[in-house]
Amino acid sequence: MSAVSTADTLTLASAINAGLRAAMERDPKVLLMGEDIGILGGVFRVTDGLFKDFGGDRVMDTPLAESGIVGTAIGLAMRGYRPVVEIQFDGFIFPAFDQITTSLAKLHARSGGSITVPVVIRVPYAGGIGAIEHHSESPEVLFAHTAGLRVCTPATPQDGFDMIQQAIASPDPVLFFEPKARYWDKGEVGRERVAAQLDAPDGALAATAELGHARVAREGDDVTLVSYGPTVRLALQAADVAAQDGVSAEVIDLRSLSPLDSDAVVASAKKTGRVVVIHEANMTYGSGAEISARISEQAFFHLRAPVLRVGGFHAQYPGAKYEHEYLPNIDRVLDAVDRVVAH
Amino acid sequence: MDAVGPLSDDGLVGLLDHTGERKEHEFFSPYAADLTPDDLRGFYRAMSLTRAFDKEAESLQRQGELGLWVQSLGQEGAQVGSGAVLRNPDYAFPSYREHAVAFQRGVDLPQMLTIFRGLKHGAWDPADHNFHLYTLVIGAHTLHATGYAMGLDKDGLVASGKPENDGAVITYFGDGATAQGDVSEALVFASVYNAPIVFFCQNNQFAISEPTTRQARVPLSERGKGVGMPTVRVDGNDVIASYAVTNWAMQYARSGAGPVFIEAFTYRMGAHTTSDDPTRYRSKADEAYWAERDPIARLATHLTAVGELPQAFIDEVVQEGKDLARRTREEVRSWEPGPNVGMFDNVYAAPHANVEAERAWYERFEASFVESH
Repeated sequence: MSAVSTADTLTLASAINAGLRAAMERDPKVLLMGEDIGILGGVFRVTDGLFKDFGGDRVMDTPLAESGIVGTAIGLAMRGYRPVVEIQFDGFIFPAFDQITTSLAKLHARSGGSITVPVVIRVPYAGGIGAIEHHSESPEVLFAHTAGLRVCTPATPQDGFDMIQQAIASPDPVLFFEPKARYWDKGEVGRERVAAQLDAPDGALAATAELGHARVAREGDDVTLVSYGPTVRLALQAADVAAQDGVSAEVIDLRSLSPLDSDAVVASAKKTGRVVVIHEANMTYGSGAEISARISEQAFFHLRAPVLRVGGFHAQYPGAKYEHEYLPNIDRVLDAVDRVVAH
Repeated sequence: MDAVGPLSDDGLVGLLDHTGERKEHEFFSPYAADLTPDDLRGFYRAMSLTRAFDKEAESLQRQGELGLWVQSLGQEGAQVGSGAVLRNPDYAFPSYREHAVAFQRGVDLPQMLTIFRGLKHGAWDPADHNFHLYTLVIGAHTLHATGYAMGLDKDGLVASGKPENDGAVITYFGDGATAQGDVSEALVFASVYNAPIVFFCQNNQFAISEPTTRQARVPLSERGKGVGMPTVRVDGNDVIASYAVTNWAMQYARSGAGPVFIEAFTYRMGAHTTSDDPTRYRSKADEAYWAERDPIARLATHLTAVGELPQAFIDEVVQEGKDLARRTREEVRSWEPGPNVGMFDNVYAAPHANVEAERAWYERFEASFVESH
């Protein structure tokens, strides 16, 4: 058969599953570790079928101990393995916070570069699914704040498929945040491009570089909406509505928080002069604050209005009946758009 | 001692008592039977040289040449005895006081002081010595050790059918670390995955000022029993017994039988670090009691009694210790910091745009202070 480019329609969850499978087929050192990821296939079924096809030595159900999962993954990485760890829910990553920030993030540096720890930590995160306490949180900036970690988050099935493989290929530890409310969104997924990238010489470096780049999800002229993970779809919906009012919104999908693609954000800010940053995590000291600071440092005289943030509030994540008012929603995004346009 | 619980000296395996007399142990004696007088003199030399280095580092800290020093004084028996068992592909994961193990794994001891002079965080390449970096986060490395051991197993280096090719991991930690969650999790993971690892707990009786009774109500070796692994309590100031129990445990782990927990009961004769003041929390009488149980002195007494420690050998070791101390002093004083911009090296293994941007900014900033000619 000739190499015809083909695309399947997949959900985000099944695209990540396909990406994990491709990575395991490409490199026998890739291992999956986590709670209930084996015979159950993960509570979100992201590892569905992999235990059956690759066996328990490579798809490892672990004891219920997050620090232990990440800590042993570090040791396996030192032995040449590439562990891909699943933390079952965002709010349960904190028992592993010490291993991630004091060991995983630092081993390459403190060894003077002699040790690499290519561990990927997959985290279903963010809210909007009517879940109980601790199952809807957005802790991504705690890791983006930590030198030594890469932090990324896909918003589309194509990015889910590509980015999980690029994260696994990266020589650095990667926190891979998966927007769980978007797991069932469908999209076209082509498989050839990332395969060609990873099979090429220096493919891992090219993949790591690409992993750090933002994507313009929609072009526009009047205002820039900066989003990532779960808020990309919201930003696109807001852009559709704004267009009906004659406001042309550009939507940036950051894809990566560490590194942060400052160049892409600053270029768009210079073009539109108005920026709204949208994320689910609470705004205090958040990624919106970081982005706003970078824009004021690098594009101050291009701005026509203050950079605004639309995010979670400085409150504990509320019960599910209130979450749609805690989270950024289309009314709050459009309100911010109105304010920067009217400024 | 009249202590009870975790400070009891009941049930300790001993093959050389504190008067220097050899003892037999029905189970463990065979695991020290291969030790020749040459080996024992090697133990004496390793313990003595580490102590000479340790004393010099202490002095250098007092003279302001080092920011901090962590003495291994008194724990040389547990460390040399256990470290002597290791061979490739065995791998050791130390805490931060295992200078005598480092010596045996071929780490150049003076280089270790680059850490304590504030120049580096890691002073050797672990792959060169199968000896991991020191870890200051108490107990965190026991999980890395367990994962590494799981990897040895996956690599077919356990119970391979060729025992000489098999390997296992040993991880060192203290009495304080046993209270850490990570150590408990490491014991659980090692147990359920049947990992080839020996948990070597040096109970030196103090976590800075807190006695072991603040960490446990039972002997620390009991921790292993709760997860179903064999446990041994050994006199850690007895280098021969420390060798024997570790020799057995590493063979056990390499054979695929699973993990082992060893508690080596010893005494931190020095301070926790040069910033500590033990006079606030322990008595002179206690220190004197343990000074009589010095691991080096009892081995010297034994070897002398059996005519295997000629004065010429002692003199040679003393001279070697002086030479090591002098070289340590000279090297430490010669070290100057490298370029500041080195702080941006190895933050990541692949280029990271935000780090590169800060590096570029810093280089311009630093260059702006250079006087023009």
